[in-house]
Amino acid sequence: MSVQDKVIEIIADQLGVSAGEVTPDKTFDELGADSLAVVELVMAFEDEFDVEVEESQASELKTVKAAIDFLNGLTS
Amino acid sequence: MKKVVVTGVGIVSPLGIGKQANWDGVTSGRSGIGPISLFEPDEGLITKFAGEIPEFDATHWLSKPEARRYDRFLHVALAAGLEAVEDSGLVIDDSNAQRVATILGVGLGGMPFLEETIGQRIATRKLRRVSPFFIPGLIANMAPGLLSIYTGARGESWTATSACASANHAIGASLRALRSGACDVALTGGAEAVVCHTTIAGFNAMKALSTRNDDPATASRPFDSGRDGFVLGEGAAVLVLETEEHAQARGATVYAEVAGFGATADAHHITAPRPDGDGAVQAMSMALQDGGLAREQVGYINAHGTSTPANDKMETAAIRTLFGDHAERLAVSSTKSMTGHLLGAAAAVEAVFSVMALQQGILPPTINQFASDPECDLDYIPHQARKAEVEVALSNSLGFGGTNAAVAFRSAR
Repeated sequence: MSVQDKVIEIIADQLGVSAGEVTPDKTFDELGADSLAVVELVMAFEDEFDVEVEESQASELKTVKAAIDFLNGLTS
Repeated sequence: MKKVVVTGVGIVSPLGIGKQANWDGVTSGRSGIGPISLFEPDEGLITKFAGEIPEFDATHWLSKPEARRYDRFLHVALAAGLEAVEDSGLVIDDSNAQRVATILGVGLGGMPFLEETIGQRIATRKLRRVSPFFIPGLIANMAPGLLSIYTGARGESWTATSACASANHAIGASLRALRSGACDVALTGGAEAVVCHTTIAGFNAMKALSTRNDDPATASRPFDSGRDGFVLGEGAAVLVLETEEHAQARGATVYAEVAGFGATADAHHITAPRPDGDGAVQAMSMALQDGGLAREQVGYINAHGTSTPANDKMETAAIRTLFGDHAERLAVSSTKSMTGHLLGAAAAVEAVFSVMALQQGILPPTINQFASDPECDLDYIPHQARKAEVEVALSNSLGFGGTNAAVAFRSAR
């Protein structure tokens, strides 16, 4: 599974939305995530990709695309 | 003084989900106790059974992410609370939201969540990042908090915590708030769901739990000479309380009147009750006085009746002390013989059983009566429910810390 597909799957599962709704241009806010849900989402990325995300980096992750690009960079 | 009435009930317990399943279960004398299935009990755990809610799926009330973010006691609080509001027919909207309070009793709060969410991370030293829902998902007052969010109720919202007496304190506080005019409606009761390693190991350490692993269904045997401790149960119950004038104005159906509340402290020991039961005597006495009731009006007591050696003996003595000769004419039962002990939610499910007993004219039994104890010599309605028209029912709850609370309900028939 590509990083993009996996990120979309995690977001859909964590936020309880369908994978079809999780398009790269969407912000997490638009997908219904409040600030706590975003922190939980970053935790899920860390667990699933076995990486550590710095707080300063985590606060920049506001869209689906940003998360995909960031995790692509970490895992490539 | 304003009269306060019960106009709706909701309940989830080891006897089932919903008012009807619970009333059928408790009047048919069915045990809700069995081997633990919520988790795989560690070999070192002494007690391996409990009262679990059968087939409870939180996603019936919550989205999947929400269900994951909140501890189980919040799931059950919401399930019972939403049922109670629906049962009452009350519509909460902009015109009345500010006048609807949410006051629930919780004894322990999110113990399973504590274990799952952070226990593992402490053990493996992975504390850099923990779930941001850890705190909101387990704090006790999130039970009324979530209920207010889901119903739109915007009156005072808080949790009463007094161990096994929590829900009676919540009901008592609601009664006072309604009488004072602080609100017109209160969604009150209690929630507790702590069937997990942490809780059972803790109560086992106190030798408070039954260890009858070979026969869980008969382990909770209040007042019986073979009783060997309480059985942990889980669940929640919520009652819709409102002033009589508010209930009449909207044409609500009334289950019963909440007539009086009494509460005291033993000032004696952290876990053991006063042997003379005076704390319980005074709490019951105050509840009757508060409701302007004579002892002779009481026909049924839903006892605290935990199935521990000390409680049941003490409570029997307390009832005899307060009621004198009238104790011979009282019907007393412990529905914990069927549900187990729901701790902070115990008094809530017992309040529901008490008001339904008054409304239906049926008194729930005490099951698991095998051999009588000479020091427990009241009429405990053994084995089978009994038809009886009762004017006043008392519901007792006594908690660690030496806290005692009793609520008196009067029939609306």
